[in-house]
Amino acid sequence: MTPAAGPPATGTSPLLATEGVSKTFGGVRALSGVGFALQRGEIHALVGENGAGKSTLIKVLTGVHRPDEGTIRFAGEDVVFARPSDAQRAGISTIYQEVNLVPMLSVARNVFLGREPRNRVGLVDTAAMNRRAAELVAALGVDVDVKAELGRLGLGVRQMVALARAVSVESSVVIMDEPTSSLEAREVATLFDVTRKLAGRGTGVVFVSHRLDELWELCDTVTVLRDGRRVHTGPMSEVDRIGLVAHMLGRPAAKVERDGATEFGATHRRSREPVLSVSGIEVRNRLSDVGLTVAPGEVVGLGGLLGSGRSETVKAVYGALPVRAGSVEVGGTTVRAGSVRHALRAGLALLSEDRKAEGIVPDLSVRDNIALAVLPRFSRAGLVTEHRIDALVRTFIDRLRIKTAGPGQKVRELSGGNQQKVLMARWLCTEPKVFLLDEPTRGIDVGAKAEVQALIDELAGHGLAVVLISSELDELVEGADRILVLREGSVADELAGARKTTAALLTALAGGENADVR
Amino acid sequence: MILVASVLAATFAFESFGTAGNLSAMALQASFLAVVALGMTFVIMSGGIDLSVGSVFALGGVLAAWGAGHGLLVALLLPLSVCGAIGLLQGLVIARAGLPPFIVTLAGLLFARGLLLLISDEGATTYKVPQGSVFRELAQGELLGIGYPVWFVALAFAAGGLVLHRTSYGSTVLAAGGQRDAAELMGLPVTRVTVLTYAASGLLAGLGGLLMASYTSSGVTVLGVGMELEVISAVVLGGTLLTGGAGTVLGSLVGVLLLQVIKNVINQIGTLNSNWQALVSGTILLVVVTVQRWLALVQRR
Amino acid sequence: MSDNTTETAERHRFPLGDPDWIRRNGVYVALVLLLAVNVAITDNFVSASTLRLQLIQVVPVLIVALGMALVIGTEGIDLSVGAVMALATALIPLYIGYGTAVAVAIAVLAGGLSGALAGVLVGRIGVQPIIATLGIMVAGRGLANLFGGEIKSIREPGIVTLGSGGLWGIPYVVLIAAAVATVVWFLVRRSTYGRQLVAIGGNKRAAELAGLPVRRVLTTTYVLCGLLAALAGVLLAARSQASDPTKVGLLVELSAITAVVIGGTPLSGGQVRIAGTIAGALLMQLITATLIFHDIPDSTAQIAQAVIVVAAVYVQLGKRRARS
Repeated sequence: MTPAAGPPATGTSPLLATEGVSKTFGGVRALSGVGFALQRGEIHALVGENGAGKSTLIKVLTGVHRPDEGTIRFAGEDVVFARPSDAQRAGISTIYQEVNLVPMLSVARNVFLGREPRNRVGLVDTAAMNRRAAELVAALGVDVDVKAELGRLGLGVRQMVALARAVSVESSVVIMDEPTSSLEAREVATLFDVTRKLAGRGTGVVFVSHRLDELWELCDTVTVLRDGRRVHTGPMSEVDRIGLVAHMLGRPAAKVERDGATEFGATHRRSREPVLSVSGIEVRNRLSDVGLTVAPGEVVGLGGLLGSGRSETVKAVYGALPVRAGSVEVGGTTVRAGSVRHALRAGLALLSEDRKAEGIVPDLSVRDNIALAVLPRFSRAGLVTEHRIDALVRTFIDRLRIKTAGPGQKVRELSGGNQQKVLMARWLCTEPKVFLLDEPTRGIDVGAKAEVQALIDELAGHGLAVVLISSELDELVEGADRILVLREGSVADELAGARKTTAALLTALAGGENADVR
Repeated sequence: MILVASVLAATFAFESFGTAGNLSAMALQASFLAVVALGMTFVIMSGGIDLSVGSVFALGGVLAAWGAGHGLLVALLLPLSVCGAIGLLQGLVIARAGLPPFIVTLAGLLFARGLLLLISDEGATTYKVPQGSVFRELAQGELLGIGYPVWFVALAFAAGGLVLHRTSYGSTVLAAGGQRDAAELMGLPVTRVTVLTYAASGLLAGLGGLLMASYTSSGVTVLGVGMELEVISAVVLGGTLLTGGAGTVLGSLVGVLLLQVIKNVINQIGTLNSNWQALVSGTILLVVVTVQRWLALVQRR
Repeated sequence: MSDNTTETAERHRFPLGDPDWIRRNGVYVALVLLLAVNVAITDNFVSASTLRLQLIQVVPVLIVALGMALVIGTEGIDLSVGAVMALATALIPLYIGYGTAVAVAIAVLAGGLSGALAGVLVGRIGVQPIIATLGIMVAGRGLANLFGGEIKSIREPGIVTLGSGGLWGIPYVVLIAAAVATVVWFLVRRSTYGRQLVAIGGNKRAAELAGLPVRRVLTTTYVLCGLLAALAGVLLAARSQASDPTKVGLLVELSAITAVVIGGTPLSGGQVRIAGTIAGALLMQLITATLIFHDIPDSTAQIAQAVIVVAAVYVQLGKRRARS
């Protein structure tokens, strides 16, 4: 399969299709020239890592966003959805990940929200509504009192109610965005049954999930997006796990490993005693019994697909997530769980994955952004010791080669790569012993990427302990001394020495040797 | 739910103190506030707030009293249309231009008060409802020993309950207040419902003022100052979440009654003055929101 | 990031066509224009006594607005300022027997206490600012009326001097307001607290991850706002030589918020513009004064103000809405 601009050639005309759809947000291309086609009665998997463009494509299909370029065809005709209600009226229903319809209202009212059956006076015909809702819910194989308040029911049941809503409008297309992420196995089975029934009736289903196993169980076709482009479309049966993951991560499985895809150098000299030891970390619904150690001068890679718990691991270590159990030690002293300030004082630093939401303070200057984490340390009698900060900021702007009009420039005006460097500078100011880097090179241009990679090497060379999260296989294999692979919230594998290869990592990410055992 | 139950229990406990005469007087006094609280309930459930109701209430009263000199129809239609229009205007600015409700309705408070001063010679003129006008009967008349306004409130709240539970407008209000984005994604007419909700709040505030004018036979210009706070307290006491998305109509009625009971008890004690009531209701408001917040935190865990 | 390049491009064009420029400097332009209009059409506008009176009258709103600017900088709001003013004025006659200093200190501290309550509710418990301060507004006004429901005149020489005296012809109240403005400006610009405040308002999550004491800064901010509101109440009482808790500070929250917002501080937090806030307060005062000079009745003045408030907030928020 090679990337192509148009939809794949098929005999019948598709039910819902996009052609050359592009969408740009504030200079960032979320979708470029994406073609996608859904047939009647087809269950079509849509997969990709974070930022691949899945949610943007869904939002284009459902009228939330309008594409900058390209067309949407529905039932053979060009359509323009100006708002979500247009798409709904046309017969496209969406079930979102964390569905919360209206918790205060009954199941039946949620199912018919906005289209309640009326009686002669114009009031909602409660009896008819409850009866029809009960039928719908029963048809989905769910046993629930339709008069019960939705908020009192479990997440699985709520998901079913959302599905019942989609069924009740007799949509010709149902889009499911991570519908199984909060369901139990039994509920998943029910959901799949219902989905198959829908497809059997000719409904087209778009199924988004990061639980890859499910795809083979349920879907007919799969489309893979990466960096806003469609990189693969084909029957589910013709692709295996490793092949699929390779598409998602952008590394053809057959391709032999080559050196020098990144700026990372050789292995680092490192001491034996770990500076960071983490054990038995538990985070509700996210992590179970995660442990890791990092020695000074060592770079430990943390691999895993979307939803595997990579970011949660570093956040839990940093005290930014409430943990149920587990211990974190830095240099032999225990860090108090759940306290960022403790973690910071102990010598931890976290470069967060979400630069915009958790990193930069957009309206503050480069200088103030860099100095943010050391503000308490660089204050005397409640006043900022400006000259010390000025000196420090100048050092880091030079050292990290941050391209800025000056320390006073607002950080929102910088490019993504330079914003990332500002954030790295912020943490380096705190003179950390352990640096937790969550996707440090995502969304920045090639030049900045190389610089960041070289910097990580340099820092490790100076004895800093680094935990490196990355979705890029090369970055992990070449940048890390060891790689821990996470699957479903626990450490599934560790790759080091001769096993530290792209191929081995790919296998481990896709589910290890026993990939098809659930 | 627990709150509503305990509030009901407290109400019954207090009621045993009162005589029938005192009770019906209390109910009558509470009815003016209750009408306004009905509109506020929907506004708060939709995730907004309406701080203009006190001024609109006063404006409605003055307009009604002036209109009573020109016939019953004018006395009814004039205040309702003007106050409804003010609410509509606020709703449009909030829903269409996306300005924060508290700013818009604070400005609305000023606007309505200004309008009131404009038609009453800067507050110097107090319009009187003419002797023998049918308009007086509206709030001064009685049926079965209970004043018309009380009957009216009972009807209005029953209607409010129907609107909330038996119309798609009602569910959309809750959906918009709970999860506006989700509601919009579901294709619900969130903007239209928001505008309608503020319009209804203005209308009901005007209606409350109209009834008050009928009751006092005059358009008192200084009424309604700080009333919005009393109304909000009542609604929140009644179990409506100030963050929107949840609430009951009946709860607000109970909240109003509870405030009235507090007022009454404070009056009966005699040594305390009515300012205790503001202090108590403000404190209750704070306690309730703190408990609500705490419950939400516990639930999330 | 590309919308920034377009922003920069716009900036080089005619400034009045650039919404961002208007947002930052519109208040000064409006102030100058309104001054010019008054110089042209208002009799006796350019006189020491007129200017002096205007300055004295702007003091309470200005001081409240300075505190409000801090709160808005954290992406919060404080609706209780009017009630706090009332509370402060109500307390003065009760403690004036112990001397002016004691009475003033108690009144101002009461404001700090009320602010601390708001700060705990917002910073620790996580109640939405508008709701927490609304509750305090109700309770505070009630408490104020309890302490002193009716108008009481205050004839203590200390208070009279504070309200009517002056230094080199400048009234004390104006000097105090200037001092407060300087201190607040200094806090925002130079202190660690101020730096943390704008960071928290700009991106609370990032500030938390950077280990900033978010709760403490939030609490401090509401305490400061309460202290300033109480101070404004004290100065108002001193000037009028009376305490009138039922009337004092009614709707001052609206004037203060408007002054802050038209001064260019966004309601979404992350920035505090002290000079803009001062200009905003002066502009609001001048609008009121202009209407009074020309015998525009109260009614029309209020309607005009309501319209101005909504229009000003609309202009200030225009772009941010479009972005979200």
